[in-house]
Amino acid sequence: MDMHQLTLGEISRALAGKEFSASELSSSLLARIKALDPQLNSFISVTEELAMGQAKAADERRAAGETGALLGAPIAHKDLFCTQGVRTSCGSKMLDNFIAPYNATVVEKLNAAGTVTLGKLNMDEFAMGSANESSHYGAVHNPWDLTRVPGGSSGGSAAAVAARLIPAATGTDTGGSIRQPAALTNLTGIKPTYGRVSRWGMIAYASSLDQAGPLARNAEDCALLLQAMAGFDPQDSTCAEQPLDDYLAALNLPLKGLRIGLPKEYFAAGLDGRIAATTLAVVEELKKLGATVKDISLPNTQHAIAAYYVIAPAEASSNLSRFDGVRFGYRCENPQNLEDLYKRSRAEGFGDEVKRRILVGAYALSAGYYDAYYLQAQKIRRLIKNDFVSAFQDVDVILSPTTPNPAWKLGEKNNDPVAQYLEDIYTITANLAGIPGLSMPAGFVDGLPVGVQLLAPYFQEGRLLNVAHQYQQVTAWHTQAPTGF
Amino acid sequence: MALERCDVEKIAHLARIGLTEADIPRTTATLNNILGLIDAMQAVDTRGVEPLAHPLETTQRLRADVVTETNHREAYQAIAPAVEAGLFLVPQVIE
Repeated sequence: MDMHQLTLGEISRALAGKEFSASELSSSLLARIKALDPQLNSFISVTEELAMGQAKAADERRAAGETGALLGAPIAHKDLFCTQGVRTSCGSKMLDNFIAPYNATVVEKLNAAGTVTLGKLNMDEFAMGSANESSHYGAVHNPWDLTRVPGGSSGGSAAAVAARLIPAATGTDTGGSIRQPAALTNLTGIKPTYGRVSRWGMIAYASSLDQAGPLARNAEDCALLLQAMAGFDPQDSTCAEQPLDDYLAALNLPLKGLRIGLPKEYFAAGLDGRIAATTLAVVEELKKLGATVKDISLPNTQHAIAAYYVIAPAEASSNLSRFDGVRFGYRCENPQNLEDLYKRSRAEGFGDEVKRRILVGAYALSAGYYDAYYLQAQKIRRLIKNDFVSAFQDVDVILSPTTPNPAWKLGEKNNDPVAQYLEDIYTITANLAGIPGLSMPAGFVDGLPVGVQLLAPYFQEGRLLNVAHQYQQVTAWHTQAPTGF
Repeated sequence: MALERCDVEKIAHLARIGLTEADIPRTTATLNNILGLIDAMQAVDTRGVEPLAHPLETTQRLRADVVTETNHREAYQAIAPAVEAGLFLVPQVIE
C-alpha cells in the first residue's frame, strides 16, 4: 500500500514497526503535495524545511527509544494557528505578511508529541465562511468534484486530508467549520466542548464560540490527535480545568444500551430527502449495535441562525479591531492621518465577507441596538442550551444530518451571503451551547459525500468518538477515497 | 429595521472601515439582507431569560500578581510596519 493511503493510526503503527522513517514519509507526502495540490489549492504555505527538520528530529527521538503515538506523524495546520517563524495568514491579505512570533498552544503540544508540520492550510478569511471561497489565496476545490466547494471555513484542511495529501489536519469550528467540511469531503471531524482545547495562539473570530479540533479519515485518527491537542492551558482564560479523558480507550466501549435522540426540527423542510434517508440508515446500523432510538424536540432550533449571526459578527467586530495597520499586518500606503491609516488599512486588508460581518457586529453592539440584537441573541442562546440540557436527560447522544445539502458548485452561493448562512443550520447550535459535536461519513448522494452529526453533553468527546468508531468497524464509507487522489 | 445610507456610514466609522461612494449602495443592500435574517429573533419571547455569554458559565480565573512573562518587544516589533526607538510609528496625531 502506498504511504499516502495509510491512516494516522496505521502510520503510527508502521513508524513504531520501523517499516519506514518519518523522513521518508514526509518527503513522499511533500512530493505528493507539490504534484497534486495545484488542483485543490488546499495549502497556503508548504513548510518543507521545517517539516524535514522535524521529521529528522522525530526519527532521532525514536532511535533513542521514544515511542509516542504521534512521533513522526505528518500533519498540517489550518492557517489560523500561530506557527513560530512561519507565515500565519488566516486566509487574509491583512496577515499575508504576518510571520507569527510564537506557537499556538495546539501547535506546541503537537510539536512536543513529535508531529511533523508539512504546511499551513487554506481557509475562509478569518474563519468566516462555509465554502472556502472567501480566502485571499483563492478558493479550495473539493477533491470529490473539483468544480465544487469543500465546505468551510476549514476547507483546506478537509481537501488536503480527503485527497490523501496528509493523513490528518487541525481545524477550527465556530459555527460548523470542522464538521461541515468533514461532511462534504467524506472525513471524520470533531468540535470538542468549548474550553476543552486551548485557544492561545488561535487567531480569534468569535471568542465564545471558537474551538479547535482534528479532521482525519476516521474516529481513531481523531482520537489520536485530540488526545494531544486537548487539555487545560493557563494562558487561555476560557480553557476548562476539566481532567482529560483517555479517548483511545473510549473507542472500544460497546454501544449496547446507547440512547440516541433524533431531533424532529433537524428533519424538517429544506433537508434533501436523500440525506434524510442516509441519516436514518446510520440509525439502523447503530440499532444493530445495541442502541435504542427516540424522537426528541429541540424547540428553539429555528432561532439559532439568527442568534449566531448576531453573536459571531459582534464578537468578530471586537476581535478584528486589533487589525489596525499599527503593530503588525497590512498597512495602507501613505496614510494621511491616523484615521486614514485605520480606515484604508482595514478597507484594503479585509475581504468583503469579513467587512460585512464586522459591520453587522458593530451595528448589533452599538448604542440603542445592543438590547434588541446582542442581548436578545444571548437570551436565545440560553434557550438553545436549555433545550440540549433537557434532551440529554433522556438520551446519550443526539444524531442528525450534518448539512442539509451535499457540496454545491463553486460560485453557486456567492452572490447571496444569507443563502450560505442557511447551510449551517444543523451545526450552529452546538457552538452556541458549547457542547461537543462530530461528523462522520455516512454515504453518498450523486457521488458526493454525506455526513452524519453526533452531539453529546459537555466533555463527552469520548462518547462521540466511541460511537463513530463502532460505526466505522461495521461500515466502509469512511475508507472511500476520491478518484484521481 | 432597514438601514439607510447614513446608518451605514455611521457604522463604518465605528468599525473604522473605509467605504467608498461606490461601495455604499451594495453594502447597504447586503446589510439589510442580513438584518432581515436576524430580525426573526424579535419574535422570540425571552422575558425572564438570563443571557448566556459563556457556554460553561465559569468566572474569570485569577492568579497571583507576580511577574511571569519576559519582555518580547524585539520579536514582536520585528514584524511591525514601522518602528523607531522601540516605538510603533503612526502618522502625526497631535497638531
